[in-house]
Amino acid sequence: MNSLFEYVLRLGDDSLILGHRLSEWCGHGPILEEDIAMTNISLDLVGQATSLLGYAGELEGKGRDADALAFLRFDREYKNLLLVEQPNGDFGMTMMRQFFFDAYRKPLFEKLQHSSDKHLAAIAEKSLKETKYHLKHSSEWVIRLGDGTEESNARVQESLNTLWRYTNELFFTNEVDAELVEKGIVPTMQEIQNEWNATVTAVLNEATLTIPTNNWKQEGGRKGLHSEHLGYILAELQYMQRAYPNMQW
Amino acid sequence: MRDINISELERKFQEKIDNDVKIEPNDWMPEEYRQTLIRQISQHAHSEIVGMLPEGNWITRAPNLRRKAVLLAKVQDEAGHGLYLYSATETLGADREETIDDLHSGKAKYSSIFNYPTLTWADMGAIGWLVDGAAIMNQVPLCRCSYGPYARAMVRVCKEESFHQRQGFEIMTQLAQGTPEQKAMAQDALNRFWWPALMMFGPSDADSKHTAQSVQWKIKRHTNDELRQQFVEVTVPQAELIGLTVPDKDLKFNEANGHYEFGEIDWTEFWEVVKGNGPCNKDRLDARRKAKENGMWVREAANAFAAKRAARKSA
Repeated sequence: MNSLFEYVLRLGDDSLILGHRLSEWCGHGPILEEDIAMTNISLDLVGQATSLLGYAGELEGKGRDADALAFLRFDREYKNLLLVEQPNGDFGMTMMRQFFFDAYRKPLFEKLQHSSDKHLAAIAEKSLKETKYHLKHSSEWVIRLGDGTEESNARVQESLNTLWRYTNELFFTNEVDAELVEKGIVPTMQEIQNEWNATVTAVLNEATLTIPTNNWKQEGGRKGLHSEHLGYILAELQYMQRAYPNMQW
Repeated sequence: MRDINISELERKFQEKIDNDVKIEPNDWMPEEYRQTLIRQISQHAHSEIVGMLPEGNWITRAPNLRRKAVLLAKVQDEAGHGLYLYSATETLGADREETIDDLHSGKAKYSSIFNYPTLTWADMGAIGWLVDGAAIMNQVPLCRCSYGPYARAMVRVCKEESFHQRQGFEIMTQLAQGTPEQKAMAQDALNRFWWPALMMFGPSDADSKHTAQSVQWKIKRHTNDELRQQFVEVTVPQAELIGLTVPDKDLKFNEANGHYEFGEIDWTEFWEVVKGNGPCNKDRLDARRKAKENGMWVREAANAFAAKRAARKSA
């Protein structure tokens, strides 16, 4: 297996699918400023997906470019986290999902910007700038909603309870990671998880939210075993490429 | 005594306008000037916001990553224009929330073009090319509008609209040069959007109740029919360049005067859509109302949190 290809593909798919989910908000945000912010984050993620999937295609060496990887794979070939394909729900659900993701992506890109793989390091460095802003934005909303009104606290606590089960998968590792850690290309997930735990504990405490005690965990996305939601995302995402194959747009 | 003062103020106001001196928020202005501007700028803001919906409809189905990013950026620009323009109405003493409520109640209008559905990807091209193209025709003269904040907002808006127009034309060009299916898709989009785009300039001069006063106040610099003519002059050659046919059997170039002559607009359709009977009027307003209702708890939470934080600070 081409481990670096697989690893970069995971990162690219996370950006692609979360960018897609956020773009569903465009025109429907709770306030105009947030409509703009969510579209902006979506745009950053689509940009990251373009860089990451483009590089993945190069690593694979079979002539597939970013678009071929984004639009022309089958469901079981996508390697994104289950978390990022979960439906938007209300604004609080979207912000909680974003917060869990950003709190993981920031330390990950911080480490990857020093990767011995120069191409990956460059993408990580650029993406880190965006991710720091995303994390600030999502943390602030989690705190605001958690410590806002009784209703907002109840709603966002419910979102936390719903999404908690998908957070363990953020730190999924298998032989791909082992090989790349060994080569010094990527950091260990333990480092990322420690930082994630610290960020999440601090923000959720400030938000007066309670971390669920159940340890019921869901995973599968990294192995291509997705929730039922991904199929519908792909049906929309791939519609044009499937309906009008081999055309330039 | 008071009447004399008012007429003196009015004289000075008109003198400034005649000398192309900008009117600023704290300057004296006739109430009717203020109300005309609030009406026009808020309609413009609403058009930007409602206009996000027909294009937002294709973001999740954009055909490749580049098109997806460009479309996202374009719709985001429109949200930014809306924000700018709502702020401009606030400089005239309007309340943003009340202005938005007027949109939701149907009291305030927005550009009727957004009451037509976007049925295919080519509609993203047609909207950029024709709708943003028509918007530029309308808006470039507004950069010289007598009201300072509106004029300055328009300078930035027009720069971005110009980029939108080019990306739309680029989509159409790509399709027109593509496969037979793509070319047919582009022609179909032009067929559906051509007449509504011409309608964007408003009723003909004979039926336009606002034009004369607005021209005197330099809120408006050209009449609806002048701008519509200008749009046809610019756009018809572009269609020809990429091999598409403008759907107007009466369209012809008058060699004698060097201008295009075009067919009669279906004014019945125009007024029906203005009245709320277009294909998407209800969907668009429902979507905006729903966004506001669903976001109520978020806005309440943000206010409550801000109040708590302020209280903690002062404690």
